[in-house]
Amino acid sequence: MEFISYLVSGISLGSIYALIALGYTMVYGIAKMLNFAHGDVIMVGAYIIFICSTTLGVPAVVSVLAAILVCTVAGVVIERVAYKPLRNASSLAVLITAIGVSYLLQNAALLIFGSDTKSFSSVISIPPLSLFDGQLHISGETIATIVVSVVLMIALTLFINKTKPGRAMRAVSEDRGAAQLMGINVNATITLTFAIGSALAAVAGALLCSAYPSLSPTTGAMPGIKAFTAAVFGGIGSIPGAMLGGVLLGVIENLSKGYISTQLSDAIVFAVLILVLLIKPTGLLGKKIREKV
Amino acid sequence: MATQKRTLKASTKNDLITYAMLAVMFVVVQILTAAGSISNLFEGLLVPLCTYSIMAVSLNLVVGILGDLSLGHAGFMCVGAYVSAFFSVTFEVVIQPDWFRFLLALILGGICAGLAGLLIGIPVLRLKGDYLAIVTLAFGEIIKNVVNILYVGVDENGLHISMQNTGALNLSENGRVIMKGALGITGTPRDSTFLIGFIMLLITVFVSLNLIHSRTGRAVMSIRDNRIAAESIGINVTKYKLIVFSLSAFFAGIAGVLYAHNLTSLTATTKNFGYNMSITILVFVVLGGIGSTRGSIIAAIILTALPEVLRGMDNYRMLIYSILLIVMMLANNNEKINVFKEKISIMNWLQNKSSGNKLDKEAHS
Repeated sequence: MEFISYLVSGISLGSIYALIALGYTMVYGIAKMLNFAHGDVIMVGAYIIFICSTTLGVPAVVSVLAAILVCTVAGVVIERVAYKPLRNASSLAVLITAIGVSYLLQNAALLIFGSDTKSFSSVISIPPLSLFDGQLHISGETIATIVVSVVLMIALTLFINKTKPGRAMRAVSEDRGAAQLMGINVNATITLTFAIGSALAAVAGALLCSAYPSLSPTTGAMPGIKAFTAAVFGGIGSIPGAMLGGVLLGVIENLSKGYISTQLSDAIVFAVLILVLLIKPTGLLGKKIREKV
Repeated sequence: MATQKRTLKASTKNDLITYAMLAVMFVVVQILTAAGSISNLFEGLLVPLCTYSIMAVSLNLVVGILGDLSLGHAGFMCVGAYVSAFFSVTFEVVIQPDWFRFLLALILGGICAGLAGLLIGIPVLRLKGDYLAIVTLAFGEIIKNVVNILYVGVDENGLHISMQNTGALNLSENGRVIMKGALGITGTPRDSTFLIGFIMLLITVFVSLNLIHSRTGRAVMSIRDNRIAAESIGINVTKYKLIVFSLSAFFAGIAGVLYAHNLTSLTATTKNFGYNMSITILVFVVLGGIGSTRGSIIAAIILTALPEVLRGMDNYRMLIYSILLIVMMLANNNEKINVFKEKISIMNWLQNKSSGNKLDKEAHS
């Protein structure tokens, strides 16, 4: 029973990682950049929900929608202002700019909201589930997280595979130059990718802070790194890979927290990542890159 | 250009400018200290400035010369800091004089970090690009994590290591607990001085510049520019990558020793040995100009001093820092600004003037 409980909460944590990792992996696939500021978009979303629900007192659904809206706009603005001028620059230059944006978001939040940890009230009002004569408790947050993530992932997969903008995204990530020649508006596609990624990050922020109700300007940093790890774990650039990587990472983290050591859980997660990459150098579902001379 | 006298190779000239810059810095600091016109704040910054400069120069070897992105450089600093602090605390009374003990600590810290670099490098350097970056990040985090739960004590029977708590060490009565998990190591002698830090920086710069201009350095740079081509002319890629990676780790370890001996208590947090520090150092290297040793030092000094100078603005200083970072990166990659920079560059102006005059004369005749 204990094992199942760890497993379920691991899957729930993992789905949050997966939602964030999707943002990393889509942006990487299309713009070939590591968007290190992605984790901080989660924090922005969580603060928006916090303000909406505590200060303005609007219902949870409205505040989540507001967060999605703000994060989407923020994602698009960040892309336009900071990343677009660097489209042809070296990847390191873009990486450092992304780190700059990450610092900017964290410090802006620090100035606006203060450094104290806010207690976040859950946006989810589903009663906990009790199974096997009360031996197994599953909280409402866990259920909601899993359900919401699965729905979003299915929706995203359908969007990428079945719609025209989705096809454009796949084309741009395959070969940007050729996609442009085929009449695809590359800039608009990249903007769309950032918008979707940031919207997913806002949802992830709502779910994350509902499950772990403390909010500070650095809330997004560690989940951001974990999600980045998850994206690489699954093969960066691959959308199913990010989902698989995220869930696996969450499960491994929770199981090692439960059975081995709480303090060592991060180290174990990273050790597993290293092992996987040594066996499969491009991640679980990553494409093999053939080197040409 | 043919009329210009060239007694020195361009690379030698460039290196001499770097050494001259370091010498000027040293003299300026000495004069300011002697005149007593140096503020406490700045005096406290001197050793960190050396530490971060060494970190930047050593990371530049990996990022700029080897061409691999490492996000775990602070991990090696952590190894050097902990090993040397452990050594110094354990043998504080036994090994005298102080300078000799500190010298041993520096060597020990550097070698241990270098060995860590070698061990990590063997599996890691097989990966490429962003995968390599994430694995170095992972190793850095693992080192920080493990150090945080490690309890080590000494008694007459030798070392006792535990991962639970101080009680599990089973020390005898005379035993001392030196590493206390998340509380780290306390009571490290404050041996780091600006002079030693500066000498270490000088050694780091000397070794890395000589490496760059050596046969080994040329081999390494050929791997950076085209790995397959380098391999095909018989360059042992793994060997050269490992040399650079562990050398870079060695110097990061030295920086860690300086860092540890500048503070009385040593703990590992995200800020000092985690991902944040690795990123900060990477920012120095990139803003200084990837591959430029001198640039790395200048960027390290300016960007370490900047938040301190902005301290008056309190809450806004990190915000300003981040905005400056973004603006500098955007400006660096802006075509118009780069053209403008070419125009106002003094070196270019001088060269254009001499060659331009010649052209004018030729045109007139």
